[in-house]
Formats: sequence, structure tokens, C-alpha cells
Amino acid sequence: MLEFAPADYQALWLSARVATAASLLVLPVGFALAWLLVFSRLPGKALLDGLVNLPLVLPPVVVGYLLLLLLGRQGWLGGLLARFGIQVVFTWRAAVIASALIGLPLMVRAIRLGMEQIDPHLLQASRTLGAAWYDTLLTVVLPLSLPSMIAGLSLAFARSLGEFGATIIVAGNIPGITQTIPLAIYDYSNTPGGEARALALCLVSIVLSYVVLLLSELALRRFGWGTSRRQGSGSRAALRKSPSS
Amino acid sequence: MQLEVDLKLQLGDFAFSAAFDVTGRQIGIFGPSGSGKSTLVNLLAGLLHPDRGRIVLNGRCLQDTDAGIFLPPERRRVGVVFQHAHLFPHLSVRNNLLYGYRRTRPWHRKLPLPEVARALDLEPLLERGVACLSGGERQRVALARALLAAPELLILDEPLSALDHGLKEQIIPFLRKALRRFEIPYLYIAHSLNEMRLLTNRMLLFKKGTFHGLADVEQVARERMSRCDFGYLNHLQLGESREVGDLQAFRWGRTELIVSRREGSEPGLFELASKDILLFKRHPEALSARNLLEATVAELVPCDGMIGVVLDCAGEGLVATVVKEAAAELELRQGSRVFAVIKAVAFRRLL
Repeated sequence: MLEFAPADYQALWLSARVATAASLLVLPVGFALAWLLVFSRLPGKALLDGLVNLPLVLPPVVVGYLLLLLLGRQGWLGGLLARFGIQVVFTWRAAVIASALIGLPLMVRAIRLGMEQIDPHLLQASRTLGAAWYDTLLTVVLPLSLPSMIAGLSLAFARSLGEFGATIIVAGNIPGITQTIPLAIYDYSNTPGGEARALALCLVSIVLSYVVLLLSELALRRFGWGTSRRQGSGSRAALRKSPSS
Repeated sequence: MQLEVDLKLQLGDFAFSAAFDVTGRQIGIFGPSGSGKSTLVNLLAGLLHPDRGRIVLNGRCLQDTDAGIFLPPERRRVGVVFQHAHLFPHLSVRNNLLYGYRRTRPWHRKLPLPEVARALDLEPLLERGVACLSGGERQRVALARALLAAPELLILDEPLSALDHGLKEQIIPFLRKALRRFEIPYLYIAHSLNEMRLLTNRMLLFKKGTFHGLADVEQVARERMSRCDFGYLNHLQLGESREVGDLQAFRWGRTELIVSRREGSEPGLFELASKDILLFKRHPEALSARNLLEATVAELVPCDGMIGVVLDCAGEGLVATVVKEAAAELELRQGSRVFAVIKAVAFRRLL
């Protein structure tokens, strides 16, 4: 019953590639932003928070269009890149960037939730034991954020697999080059007699997403200590509140 | 250790101010909760910025707002053992212990891991994760971790207050032994006078965010004797012992004290409530109590209807409390001779 055209395999491969690249790209950015939002004493924290979350509430088409303006030949970044001979718009790179931007709020949220569980006293303990702030970041915050980073990765990956609106605007729908699974499904659904193929691709994306979720669940279980570090939670509020004793 | 502090900080409604200059190895910081003790800890460790002030430790300036000097926590060499151990949950006990050690310059390191682990009885725990440690074990690991970083000053911020009473008694001997043995000067913060007496000899008093002066721990304990249910708790350092029938006779200065066998036979520190000491004007005969000491009254300290009688028993000090009427009947005066009677079961081993 399942039958795939060569273009379908290409879409599948491209989707996997784009989703992997996008979630890996957004991981360090998400980690840095979450760290800023949780631990820094930045003045414009609320503004930054709003900005990070914007792609979550905006229609993806809007994000895609803004990206097109920014990265197109007339856009300032696109123009700059064009001078170095790099074209972004209507290539698979554009699909990666669109997916990354759409997945960013999910990544930041996941990591942030994890970081907020880290007892700030642990960071103080590490500082008094001789670790500079970046040392503390690498040896305390990073390892304790690993489970939430895995959760963020799987969320961003799954979101990238389903990305449609922003991708179609900034990367187009070129079979074999920028046509990911959702775009291919969209094409089939507009073609007479394409229902079976559309359905086959739907099944594939369901299986793919499900496998990713299972894998991340498995990875989370490996970090048994992820549950034990809650011992100090709640003291964050206490630390902020009480100046003494 | 020589510590010079002059700090001011406003935190909402709470105003903190302290100015003192203290020299010593075992200093306490004493005050009720909310008195600013932990604020001082955070300021000394560099975890909190003062509005104004300076901190000089052993001639090294850690902070001077006027000169724009602020050493970050990692460069102060001020170690902290917090109320809750705050062990790193992703590291094993061994790696927790080595966290500070690895970040200490080799020429600053004083103690090797095996020695500290042995002193605090941590050897069997080294390869474990920290999630499965008991409260007392966690505190011991936290203490060892701080000691291994060889700080110039160690701050113990109510390290026992989160433990229940039984555990406290178990961990105090470790604490005393380790702190004395490794000779790291420390500030001990607590609101329990008993802990203070066991671990420090002088203390800085804090009240409502303000420094109230330096006091002798024993002095404060005597002043407070009427407020405590047991009056004053004498701490007696007893020496070698020998068996006397079913009891144990411990050397105490030039005399001997008879103590119940269940308190063990090793030399150590014993506790004796001032209310458990009976005073007689003349030599009593045929007693049920096993200790009869001849003593001179060194000092009378009246407090709230009771009178604290500081006794001199052949050179050793002992405090008894009696009610006013009894004091009048005994005709107690400075220099008068009395007989002190103590039951063998009144002693309790502390260490």
C-alpha cells in the first residue's frame, strides 16, 4: 500500500537533515539565552523573554516573511552574505534557519525549566570553592541542565519536522532541494490522485516523530540524578527573600 | 586569623551594619535568626555586595568600596559550609570532595584527600553518589570539601541546624576533631549557645542586623543560666579513669569524679547541669550521691530569683544554681567553704 517516489525519499532525507541541523544550531543559542534569563542580573530581562517567545505566538508565515526580507538579496544580511557568495534564500540553509527560529522558544523554555530547578546555592558553593563564573557554568549548570537540553532537542527536532509556513516562504517548495515532508504532503494533497502518497508520507512523519520522542525519553532515563537534584528546589525563593539568617 | 570588617548594606527594610576587628582561630557569630549572621557570611564570601565598606583578611584586602576593590568569591580563599550541604548532585562523593581541591593552587593545598576522608570517616562513601547519603553524612562531606580547598578562613554557617538532635550529637565530635586537627581558622555561626561553647571561645554578637560587640562564650552562658531549663550546663574535661566497683572514677584536675559506667571510660568532655549540684554548709554523712567535693565560693551571680554559685574545687571551676532562700540559709559569701554533692548519674558525655 505504501509507495514512495524518488522525490519522496529526497523529502524524507531533507527533512531529517534540516531538523537535525536546526535543533543542533539552536541548542547552544537556547542554552545561552536560558542562562541569561535564569541566572543573570540583566536589566531588560522581560523584554528579552518576550522577544525569545515571539516566534511561538506569531504566525509562522510572518516569521518566514520577515526572514525573507532580512535574508533576501535586498535584505541587509542577505546582501552582506551575497558579497561572500553565500546565498541563503531558497536553499536548504533557509529551511534550517526558519526551523531553528521557530524552534527557539521551545528550546529556551525547556532548558529554562530545567535551570530553574537548579538550587542557586550550588552555584554559590562552587564559587566559594574557587570556580570562576564560567567554570561554574561549565561544571555545574551545564551538567545539571543536560536532561532539559535533551528535552529541548527533541521538542525542537519534532517542531522542525512539522515546520511549514516559514519554510515555504523563505525556502520555497522546490522538490529535491527545499521540499521537506510537510511541503511534499501539501503538494500531493493538491494533486488529483495523490491521496495515497500523502497518506504514506503522513505515516512516515508520525513514525519519525514518535521515534524521536521515545529516544529522548530513553536518554532522559539514563540521567537518574535528574530527579534527585530537586532536594534544594524552593530555596531560590527563600534566597531572594531573606537577607539574613 | 586577623579579620577587619566595616560594612554597611541596606536590603529592603533590613539594615545591616558591622564594624569590628577580630583576631583568633575559633570565633563564633551569635544571634537570633534574622539578626544578620548569614548576611555577614555572604558579604565575607563575596556572594553579596555591600553598599559601602571594606574587608581585610590577614592583611589582604578582599573588598574596599572606596578604592573600588572587589575580589570575586573564587579569589578570596574564604570557604563556606552552608546550613544545607549543597553537594553537587551530578558528582560522586569523591568528585565533590575534589571540586575545590582541584581549583586550589598546588602551593596553597594543605591536606590530601585520604587524610581528610579518614578524619571525617568518609572512606566507605567515596565512590557513592550523593543522593543516597544521610543528613549527617552530607554535612561531613560538605565540611571535607571545604577543608580540602584549604581556605584562609572557613565559615560554618549553622552547619548543624538542619540536623535533628541525635545527629547533631554524632557530628559535633567529628567537627571538633577535624577543625582542631587541620588548624584552619574558622567563624562558626549558630544560634545555639551549646554548639558555640563546644566549638568556639569568643563570639561576635549580632542583633537586628547590627554588630553588638565581642563576648566571651562562657560569660554569656553564665549570664543566661536562669533562662535555660537546666540552669547552666557545666562542661567538664575529664581525664583518665579507673573502675571503682560498678562505677568509673575520672581524673578531674587534682580530684576524682565518680561517673556512671554507661558514659564509657575514655577521657572526654562531660556535661553537668548546675541544678544537679547540691550544696551543704557542713560535711554531710552517709550519702546516696557518689561525689562529695569541698569547694570555695569564688563568685555569686544573681539572676531572676536564682543565684549562680561559681565554685572553686581545688582549682577547677564549677557552677551551681540555688534559689535565693537557700543561699541565705547557707550563708553564701565570696570565699565561704561549702560541700558540693553530685550524683554519679548526673554526668552526661558530650565528646
